Amino acid sequence: MRRTIAVVSAGLGSPSSSRLLADRLSAAADREVRELGDEVEVRVIEVRDHAHDLVDNLVSGYPAADLKGALETVIGADGLIAVTPTFTASYSGLFKTFFDVLDLLDGDALADKPVLIGATGGTARHSLVLENTIRPLFTYLRGVVVPTSVFAAPEDWGGAAVPDLLAHRVDRAAAQLAGEIRRRDAPVARDPFEPTPFADLLGAG
Amino acid sequence: MPRRFHDVMHFGIFTVGDIAPDPATGRAPTEHERINRMIETALKAEEVGLDVFAMGEHHNPPFVTSSPTTVLGYIVARTSKILLSTSTTLITTNDPVKIAEDYATLQHLADGRVDLMMGRGNTGPVYPWFGKDIRDGISLAVENYALLRRLWREDVVDWQGRFRTPLQSFTSTPRPLDGVPPFVWHGSIRSPEIAEQAAYYGDGFFHNNIFWPKEHTRRMIDLYRTRFEFYGHGPADQAIVGLGGQVYMRRRSQDAIAEFRPFFDNSPVYGHGPSLEETMEQTPLAVGSPQEIIDRTLQFREHFGDYQRQLFNVDGMGLPHQAVLEQIDFLGEEVVPVLRKEFGALRPSHIPDPPTHESLKAVQER
Repeated sequence: MRRTIAVVSAGLGSPSSSRLLADRLSAAADREVRELGDEVEVRVIEVRDHAHDLVDNLVSGYPAADLKGALETVIGADGLIAVTPTFTASYSGLFKTFFDVLDLLDGDALADKPVLIGATGGTARHSLVLENTIRPLFTYLRGVVVPTSVFAAPEDWGGAAVPDLLAHRVDRAAAQLAGEIRRRDAPVARDPFEPTPFADLLGAG
Repeated sequence: MPRRFHDVMHFGIFTVGDIAPDPATGRAPTEHERINRMIETALKAEEVGLDVFAMGEHHNPPFVTSSPTTVLGYIVARTSKILLSTSTTLITTNDPVKIAEDYATLQHLADGRVDLMMGRGNTGPVYPWFGKDIRDGISLAVENYALLRRLWREDVVDWQGRFRTPLQSFTSTPRPLDGVPPFVWHGSIRSPEIAEQAAYYGDGFFHNNIFWPKEHTRRMIDLYRTRFEFYGHGPADQAIVGLGGQVYMRRRSQDAIAEFRPFFDNSPVYGHGPSLEETMEQTPLAVGSPQEIIDRTLQFREHFGDYQRQLFNVDGMGLPHQAVLEQIDFLGEEVVPVLRKEFGALRPSHIPDPPTHESLKAVQER
């Protein structure tokens, strides 16, 4: 079976540490899904590429074509890896806006979708941002957030850390994501224009 | 009555009756001015030969349209040909009994030159002012309209529902003119349930065709057409479709853009989001020369199929009254005559004409 994993990375710099973490997570998830016997395609969405379109979507109510394509990539994916930098003790505003407009487009976009969450920050003291703000966001959206979340602090990129605790967490989180993907059928896109028989509408009154 | 109009399609204008400042002067019209200007646009529309004038209904500032049948009743008395309609009538927060009474009365005063477009209203705070809850919007639209239909079609109604006090042995008066209820359109931008409702009853479906990309609008109209056929009212291409659109014209395209831009940029619905150019590319907003507006409007038929009613919004966002009247001149003198000819030439003979009181009466008498 061919699986897709959508990677949403909300870093702003280039290279961004959020993207570095996202790449490590997606490489590990790619490997884990293959080990369980599926093919896999990873599709990366850099939120920054859609910055203006995101704000426009909030104001206009509809996504521009490029952004719509990115949102549909997430909707159609078997699993999601979402990584944000920590801004003022929370996800970045742009990261949140991406999921706000995703929910506007399709309120079931993440329902029962396996999600791996990651974050970066200027200090390891922010690491609970994943549990305190980012996990509740995806729980609200009815995603299935795997137990292991991955925070990368500056020291994790130093290379001198022994043993490599970041790599260990990345592998464990990716294995959990692959396991959740494995136990599910491919997502079926819900057509918002599927008719509701009028008798049902009358009856609901 | 002979066909009064070039009956292949009806063309007209629709207004939401918003008050907004002119960005150049910072001055907004008073409510008194805005109401009178709205009347003048309706009279102008009749004068230049447009077929329809429709006005919205709002119960909150900055709008002046809380009492549509008062305004439309006045316009009826000052006109003789133009068909008067609504865009929209709030089927959620109005009592359907009052809608039945008000619009049947208007129908008599207008000798049948009246139809209605039902809408829900998307302003959350308005609902509780009328004892309702916006979360019941669809259910209110469904129940209230089901009652409204009965009030116009049955002389004596016993009724019980969820949202209104029950009726026993109630007769809505006056009865509709000639026993023919006004034609009803159901307007919705993005609720498939409303397209379903229009299809179920074989009523018209209107999409305001503003703000949203055509791909979205096409899904709504396709759903309506498919379900119209499903419910046995006829083939999908014979469903009764109306479209809106927003236009601003000057002889030269660049003048139209330059004049319109400050109003667009400061608009509460358009401003500070996608640019004017992006919005013109992504949505049906058309700003340019009369020929460009003709070309854009002819594309609607390619996107959505043959349709019966085309309404243009020309007067919102604080546009100066003189410019608004000039838009109606452009429509009546240059745009609509060409559209009638072009749409008429492209239209297969089995496509139904737009409904009028006379056509509905003829059907009823058969």
